[in-house]
Amino acid sequence: MSIIIDAGGLSCPQPVLMTLDKIKEIQKGEITVKVDTDTSKENVSRAVQSQGWEVADIKEDREGYQLTIRKN
Amino acid sequence: MKKNIFATRWGIIGVGAFIGVLAALLQRLGNPGNMGICVACFERDIAGALGLHRAGVVQYMRPEIIGFVLGSLIAAYLFNEFRPRMGSAPIVRFVLGVFAMIGALVFLGCPWRAILRLAGGDGNAIFGLLGLIGGIWIGTLFLKGGYNLGRVQKTYTSAGWLLPLIMAGFLILMLIFPQIKGEAKSGILFYSVKGPGVMHAPLIISLLAGLAIGFAAQRSRFCTMGAFRDLILFKHAHLFFGIISLVVSAFVVNLILGQFHPGFVKQPVAHTMQIWNFGGMVLAGLAFALAGGCPGRQLFLAGEGDGDSAVFVMGMIVGAGFAHNFGLASSPKGVGPHGIAAVIIGLIVCLFIGFTMRKKVI
Repeated sequence: MSIIIDAGGLSCPQPVLMTLDKIKEIQKGEITVKVDTDTSKENVSRAVQSQGWEVADIKEDREGYQLTIRKN
Repeated sequence: MKKNIFATRWGIIGVGAFIGVLAALLQRLGNPGNMGICVACFERDIAGALGLHRAGVVQYMRPEIIGFVLGSLIAAYLFNEFRPRMGSAPIVRFVLGVFAMIGALVFLGCPWRAILRLAGGDGNAIFGLLGLIGGIWIGTLFLKGGYNLGRVQKTYTSAGWLLPLIMAGFLILMLIFPQIKGEAKSGILFYSVKGPGVMHAPLIISLLAGLAIGFAAQRSRFCTMGAFRDLILFKHAHLFFGIISLVVSAFVVNLILGQFHPGFVKQPVAHTMQIWNFGGMVLAGLAFALAGGCPGRQLFLAGEGDGDSAVFVMGMIVGAGFAHNFGLASSPKGVGPHGIAAVIIGLIVCLFIGFTMRKKVI
């Protein structure tokens, strides 16, 4: 099951901090990150890519965005 | 997925250069020395125009600030990014805004002006920038320790419109009560007859430059505090490239226009009390870091519907009132009579906020 980080409603750098903490913890796998602004979406994407993770999917919904990030 | 070119490496570099060039040109067209753009100073001038303080030399309804908010609003609507939201500890943001302004006015400039002062050759800015970095560094320690102000909630579209409407109202006031040469008052608005407040580019140019910068900064997420914060916290240099580009471009245009005057003494709207140039910006940097954005970024966020940033902006404007009414703001002669006490109190307040607001996010 995929791990979910709910960073909705939190402003940067919180979503990036939460995501990077989880990446450090699990090293590889798949995480779903929920954010509510375009800025957070871009910042999280940029941050995880710098850690060698890929942004596999971005879904937009009423609450904002769900990013699926992955490292095999 | 649509790509936001402003948010790329070259995008942020381009926006930084754009702001640097416009700032140097605005100075050429009339804005005060090394103050083509200064968010703190200009909000302070707005407080003066409204009579929230009565420092006669700094009273002018700066159209650049109005443009920043409205330009961001336009960009947010065009790109479907207007998201009305608020409710993340507004009173804390107000208090941070007040002390951010007081710290900036002890140094005599916000981070934007610190960079522009450096680009104009003012060596005192180095101490301010070091203070800024120090304050942001303290802020990152709190962030690492779990500091956060909680989640926002969605709100009414009209609630997100309030600060843009206030700014539009300011512009209308300015058109109804235009500056009359040599007069200290026009209708209900105060104007300066001498000092930095009387120095300004033509209204329409200031407004257009503000709109253009507001638009570009909303798209690129340009932030002078975030630049250092992300570098310290994540070793991410993305936003940092923006401010490097700003300082280089402003420096080059200053050189071309003969506006580069290296030195420490007799710099425009600056003092040489380096400990307090440093200390004031430690306070401002910490307050910006705890609030999540530099004063410019707070205006751009308010333009895209962030009500908490709007509260921070109001805190800065009110803080300017305190700063000048209580003798906290510096002048070219040095710090104000109570500036040092205010910096110490401000640091204690920021530390109180940082230490006590570290609820773990659920």
